[in-house]
Amino acid sequence: MKKVLRAMLRNPGGMIGLIILLIAVCIAVFGPMVFPNSPWRMAQRPFVPPFTLPTVPLGTDALGRDVLAGIIYGARVSLLVGLVSTLAALTVGVPLGAMAGYFGGRADDALMRFTEFFQTVPSFALAIVLVAVLQPSIYSIVAAIAIVSWPPVARLVRGEVLSLRTREYVQAAVVTGQSNTWIICREILPNALSPVIVLASLMVATAILLESSLSFLGLGDPNLISWGYMVGAGRTVIRQAWWITVFPGVAILLSVLALNLIGEGLNDALNPRLAKDGR
Amino acid sequence: MTSSPAVTIKDLKIALPDGGDRPYAVDGVSFDLTPGEIICVVGESGSGKSMCAHALMGLLPDRVKTEAGTILFEGHDLLGIDESAWHDVRGRRIAMVFQEPMTALNPLMRIGDQIAEVFEAHGLLTPKQRKQKAVDLAREIGLPDPERIVRAYPHQLSGGQRQRAMIAMALALEPTVLVADEPTTALDVTTQAQILKLIRDLQRNRNMAVLFITHDFGVVADIADRIVVLRHGKVVEQGTAQDVLARPQHSYTRALLAAVPSMQPPQRSSLTERDRAVDVIGLDKTYVTPQGWFRPDRKVQAAKEVSFAIHQGETLGLVGESGSGKSSVARLVMRLIEADRGTVRIGDVDLTQIEGKELRAQRRRIQMIFQDPFASLNPRRKIGNIISDGPIAHGVDRRAARRRAKELLEMVGLDPGAIERYPHEFSGGQRQRIGIARALALDPDIIVADEAVSALDVSVQAQVLKLLEDLKARLGLSMLFITHDLRVAAQICDRVAVMQKGEIVEMKPTTLLLANPEHPYTRELLAAVPGQRSPSQAA
Repeated sequence: MKKVLRAMLRNPGGMIGLIILLIAVCIAVFGPMVFPNSPWRMAQRPFVPPFTLPTVPLGTDALGRDVLAGIIYGARVSLLVGLVSTLAALTVGVPLGAMAGYFGGRADDALMRFTEFFQTVPSFALAIVLVAVLQPSIYSIVAAIAIVSWPPVARLVRGEVLSLRTREYVQAAVVTGQSNTWIICREILPNALSPVIVLASLMVATAILLESSLSFLGLGDPNLISWGYMVGAGRTVIRQAWWITVFPGVAILLSVLALNLIGEGLNDALNPRLAKDGR
Repeated sequence: MTSSPAVTIKDLKIALPDGGDRPYAVDGVSFDLTPGEIICVVGESGSGKSMCAHALMGLLPDRVKTEAGTILFEGHDLLGIDESAWHDVRGRRIAMVFQEPMTALNPLMRIGDQIAEVFEAHGLLTPKQRKQKAVDLAREIGLPDPERIVRAYPHQLSGGQRQRAMIAMALALEPTVLVADEPTTALDVTTQAQILKLIRDLQRNRNMAVLFITHDFGVVADIADRIVVLRHGKVVEQGTAQDVLARPQHSYTRALLAAVPSMQPPQRSSLTERDRAVDVIGLDKTYVTPQGWFRPDRKVQAAKEVSFAIHQGETLGLVGESGSGKSSVARLVMRLIEADRGTVRIGDVDLTQIEGKELRAQRRRIQMIFQDPFASLNPRRKIGNIISDGPIAHGVDRRAARRRAKELLEMVGLDPGAIERYPHEFSGGQRQRIGIARALALDPDIIVADEAVSALDVSVQAQVLKLLEDLKARLGLSMLFITHDLRVAAQICDRVAVMQKGEIVEMKPTTLLLANPEHPYTRELLAAVPGQRSPSQAA
């Protein structure tokens, strides 16, 4: 683990990504302490341009709400949704993929057809339908994102397990009389983890984008401010007040970019051979 | 032998990148290549023999650097020339044959086109002449039906035919020097014998200088005019083949020669009157690969009515070439794959009839040692866990299992402190010992060793074989020993079964089989074993 971290720090892209993400996490955790006021509260008159009043450095929106406060509280929602929905997707995808890959045959066929069923439906459309049916709330959003994003995890894990299953050390475990669960958890999954970690970091980014898109369409949690909601709300007045949409947009861009950089850095760190050949 | 040398390598020093196990991969190596001579560079893995070959081809990896020395070829120092000058030398003046013909050939290109490409790369001949040349070369190196085979893709050829095609490519521009890096290591013995003969004939007809890299003293004895023995990047001994093989001066060379298993089996008493440890009756296995719609499935019969018994304390060898089904039989016996028909009986238990928990409990009695010491240990688990996992699964107390793991490590000749370390900290031979300790941890009655020493250097191989022999005698084990190497089988097996295309064609006590082979295939195998003319055996 230490080695991976050191390799990450040597990679400039991964380093930048980590720094941005760290800042975002700090904002999400400590920001609300510095800005105790609700982001929904009117702070000033509407349409204050940025960098004019020290109390609202990034200006106000059409209802006079502080854009900076919105971004700070929005960071919580975005990061939380990204993380939780990815974890949920992993808890579904990893076991399903592992079982399909390990047992093969009929189990594999059944599980993979089930996975394909989800993959054939356009993921964003499915997410919209799910959120609309379940009523928009932070829980339904997390659930919807998890449901549309687990199939790639299952497929990836299945592929890894398929190749690891024939390794001699796995056969050695079979021969010494280990149970299937033990073999999957102790012998196979730890060795299949690197690509899953890389995929997970990219999934967090996708989840943030999905949440933003849902909120943009007005399907966000009505009680929680989020970057996507802010972009959506400001879009009608984008010609008069660019800052209402641009600042949360930049926030989305930076956090997604950071996660992608981290994903790439992790990929290089976990597959040192690929990284060396690339250089 | 008085002609001037084609290549003179002098004081060659190749530095390894920092953090290697030694500062120089090749340290002060000097030797000459003379036209009409085959010089064998012999050494164990990591001796720097391949580095020598790659330096001569200008193919060293970026991270290693030649620090000193010269490679003199036709008046130029090859270490000083640039990439465009190399372009004229490589392939045209000095050509190379690689170890693994499957990966060295382009799988998407017809054989003939790949041979013709050599001319194209050097801007020679017209396309039509190139095609003709490809056919001529295919004929010269003995590919069957040259007109047709040049239109085949690499996967349609056998291993030996692929290696022939590689040799054709190397010879296309009539080089003066041929570098062959372990060209027969990936091949079966019978094919190996043919390729060695081919290289020998071509070298004589064309008066080439050949640099032949190998780890196998049997091959050396068959082909070498002169021998260079490398160890840790240094030349320990060089001289004519007769001198080095018959009167080795250096103790390392003597040790290497002594470690080569001989075809003379040691005296063994018959054990056939003892009780049977395992009974294998009529195993059948056919692999079926669907080929898609409207095409018949591809069927490969890996085991056909395979029956044998192993008596208590006996070692039965299962010998055959690649694809003969010997590994499949090992896995059928272990029940790692399911048989179509047949029975494996250990004592009063029929291993093919039980399932689930019952099967897992019975697996304790038959354990396996795997071929690849690098793939058979989970890289993320400590040695202690790897060895004690099995007993713990069978209900042994955790602490007792760890204590036993330490004892086992000592028994296989390793430091008991190794239980806290990870597999990557050990060498191939040590890992194989760990694999043996893992197999013994469950106190099995029978050990199945699948090519257990094939991936090891000869000296390590000899040690591991001796260890297996000792342990077997001490613990009263029975063993199914699978190998492609008849020499190894001769040393360790009480009886040998020869497999061909999924069938056991001959099964006899080792001494009898070697002295008096009946089946034509057994005879063919025996004749192809390299190094039978070696002086070390005549002595």
